[in-house]
Amino acid sequence: MAWSYLPHTSEDRKSMLEAIGATSVNELFVDIPQSLRLNEQLKLPPSLSEPEVVRHLAELAKANKGLQDLTCFRGAGAYDHYIPSVVDHIIRRSEFYTAYTQYQPEISQGYLQALWEYQSMICEITGMEVANASMYDGGTAIAEAAMMAVAASAKRTKVIVAKAVHPHYRAILATYVQDQSITITVAPQAYGVTDFNSIETLADDTTAAVIVQCPNFFGNVEDLRSLGRLAHAKGAYLIAIVDPISLGVLEAPGKLGADIVVGEGQSLGLALAFGGPYLGFFAAAEKFMRKMPGRIVGQTTDNQGNRGFVLTIQAREQHIRRGKATSNICSNEALCALAAAIYMSSLGKNGFREVAYQCLQKAHYAHAALAATTGCQSGFGSRFFKEFCIKTDKPVAYINGKLLEQRILGGLDIGKYYPELENVMLICVTEKRTKEEIDRLVREVGALL
Amino acid sequence: MNEQQLTIFEISKSDRVAVDLPKCDVTLENIDELIKPDFIRAEPAKLPEVSQPDLVRHYTALSNRNFGVDSGFYPLGSCTMKYNPKVNEDVCRYAGFTDLHPLTDVTVAQGALQLLYNIEQYLIEISGMDAVTLQPVAGAHGELTGLKLIRAYHRARGEARTKVIIPDSAHGTNPASAAVCGLEIVEIKSNRDGSINLEALKAVVGSDTAALMLTNPSTLGLFETNIQEIAQIVHEAGGLLYYDGANMNAILGIARPGDMGFDVVHINLHKTFATPHGGGGPGSGPVGVKKDLIPFLPVPIITYDDKKFGLDENRPQSIGRMHSFYGNFGVIVRAYAYIRTMGPEGLRQVSEDAVLNANYCLSQLKEDYHVPFDRYSMHECIITSQKQQQFDIRALDIAKRLLDYGYHPPTIYFPLIVEEAIMIEPTETESKETLDGFIAAMRKIAREAEGDVAKIKQAPHKTVVGRLDETQAARKPVVRWKA
Repeated sequence: MAWSYLPHTSEDRKSMLEAIGATSVNELFVDIPQSLRLNEQLKLPPSLSEPEVVRHLAELAKANKGLQDLTCFRGAGAYDHYIPSVVDHIIRRSEFYTAYTQYQPEISQGYLQALWEYQSMICEITGMEVANASMYDGGTAIAEAAMMAVAASAKRTKVIVAKAVHPHYRAILATYVQDQSITITVAPQAYGVTDFNSIETLADDTTAAVIVQCPNFFGNVEDLRSLGRLAHAKGAYLIAIVDPISLGVLEAPGKLGADIVVGEGQSLGLALAFGGPYLGFFAAAEKFMRKMPGRIVGQTTDNQGNRGFVLTIQAREQHIRRGKATSNICSNEALCALAAAIYMSSLGKNGFREVAYQCLQKAHYAHAALAATTGCQSGFGSRFFKEFCIKTDKPVAYINGKLLEQRILGGLDIGKYYPELENVMLICVTEKRTKEEIDRLVREVGALL
Repeated sequence: MNEQQLTIFEISKSDRVAVDLPKCDVTLENIDELIKPDFIRAEPAKLPEVSQPDLVRHYTALSNRNFGVDSGFYPLGSCTMKYNPKVNEDVCRYAGFTDLHPLTDVTVAQGALQLLYNIEQYLIEISGMDAVTLQPVAGAHGELTGLKLIRAYHRARGEARTKVIIPDSAHGTNPASAAVCGLEIVEIKSNRDGSINLEALKAVVGSDTAALMLTNPSTLGLFETNIQEIAQIVHEAGGLLYYDGANMNAILGIARPGDMGFDVVHINLHKTFATPHGGGGPGSGPVGVKKDLIPFLPVPIITYDDKKFGLDENRPQSIGRMHSFYGNFGVIVRAYAYIRTMGPEGLRQVSEDAVLNANYCLSQLKEDYHVPFDRYSMHECIITSQKQQQFDIRALDIAKRLLDYGYHPPTIYFPLIVEEAIMIEPTETESKETLDGFIAAMRKIAREAEGDVAKIKQAPHKTVVGRLDETQAARKPVVRWKA
């Protein structure tokens, strides 16, 4: 039988075996004890031809209802922003996507430069001095940031995390540090933002870092400057988790005192894709450069004096330092970082601001209309960016079930994560939503209450 | 040599843009009313401003300065750089997959959940395990997940086991993952051929052993023939066996880690199951476990009740969460399409051809290069630059010279226990003609080493840049653009 991905003909196999001096392929597996050989075929479905695979996958895809079928008002860490056409065209260039890590810089200059440009753009939007070439996702980037902060602080092992940080991120953080001598303390929220007094009380001389999210899980803008001051007063670092899109209108966290800035980069030109592949971005003040996890691209020169790029400060990494590495990360999300760089370059300085501005305006338009609807009230007022909370008179599950019938994906029911916030819906409005779509949401919700 | 490639910041010009947006169609409020003026950005981020044609030309130029599997032979040992089927790139982009919100209602994500549930079953069958989690997005992420499962298992049994035994031939991620997992690393010396030294193992294994981490076939491309005895030693001491699946491409349908006695395995979908490496990621590193470890799997797990698929988060003994959502779904779709395309016979053929190709390369390079282990290898083989060292030619020089001949070099200086190692993993997707071309180039370099040392020492000559100064890059790091 001929396989389209396997070039050998039976003649090839025969002549190669002869060249090796083996009588059969089986002979090559001589090291595997007979008792361990699988003497039957794997119980897998039979092979499909390319048209059959296409049909089968199309059927599975059709069994989902995505953005083509539903108008999306759901966010909570995964956002429906417009992805410029150029992004996918470029990341589909196979010189990029079929390559591996840039271990041979002379034939990887294109990717290295693209990643260096990505690092530069992340530094620009966050206001930080150094960024790595990507982490797995927002949640794991936060866990790595916490571990780096502890490693960089002498004898400080406590990390304070705001309850207003995405519950999934907090869960990842807890899982990551569980087996280390790091303790996590949760700082409560008050009226939808992190309670300053609690930070003041909880932080002490064993606190390595305070982790806050801005905009936070409820969509509200945190006062990073004051939180930074509180953390620094106790000798702790401020780790800011940010929505990169928000940085089109919100002040760069680097300007507000953040020491480490991390987050989910999916908003920067990546598809929702049922949760992945996404992009963890990781930026920090210069003093952390040699303590950072992950790959970093640096500029250098070749033996002719030409500018070139290489993976650098590798003495941090697992392939050199093994058990003493700053992190265990090896494969990252390079192609997603490339997509993010293309996204940011497509919009440019003005477009990036415009996307954020439209998110802000449209979300506030939707909020005002919903808050004025009978049976609804604003969760935490209007200090938010593109997501906001609405308290409803009826269970969110009921409302969302009805909205789904009207082909609307409603806001997330956050009572599941915060029992004290029962009947509260977290609604997301990106620049992609039109006035008409927002008006329809308001009408449909109003009709249900 | 090509001209220096300008950065995108250097081609930027005020007021150019590569995509246009519709006008905002809602009533505009004064921004000061919406955000505390204190929090409003004072200066916009200086992102590059380029037109669409310029942007496309820029990235196309960059892609032309990069080498992938589609550009040519990429025998990077331990990385399994096989061909990435194009249809998989299409099917993973179906709108029903790409436009699906991870927190959507499960009733409208039945196709995605079915796909995830099915591939779990396939990976269970291929690895011989009892359950699989798809959350880890890379091999090292899988290692960390697996070690956390092992810790949770011991903890639940009231045992404080804190040591993990790792052979000195292991991938760097093994000890690094163990350290992140708060485990103490006990390194044992391997036999010269990279196999586990049973005496060394017996000497360190004990009541504090959490696990032994093992790659099989080993990082030297050789199958661990004593695997059953190793498993017995570790299990008798109450420890668990961890399988680093980096080299699984050698054994599909031929042998299964579950049958060898492994308790936890990770599988690299971006190696064995043909999903693209993406220039360093995204990958996918599912973890398989034996029955006793199922309660500890990360949440959520995918469920099926004969009618519909769902997600279960109510797992009191779970280690928690390892990813914001369910792992790298888009990568998993590609691997699913690959497994469905190959079927059981195709997957076995993959491993047979991968092993055939490695042995063919080894047999044809034997004469000109030192071969540390003159026996059949599995899917990758090792040669060294020992014969060339008399001419002051090292593995690095051979690798750089290969660039001039149009090949991505093999992995060099790994595994660490073989001096001047050159590790060749051809994969099954390379034809005899391609291998012959590579072999001819390697032989030519062996000849050049005898006569034209300078040419090799100064290689590469045909790439867009010459050898780069890595010391300068690390000493005075320039890691971002500054105007």
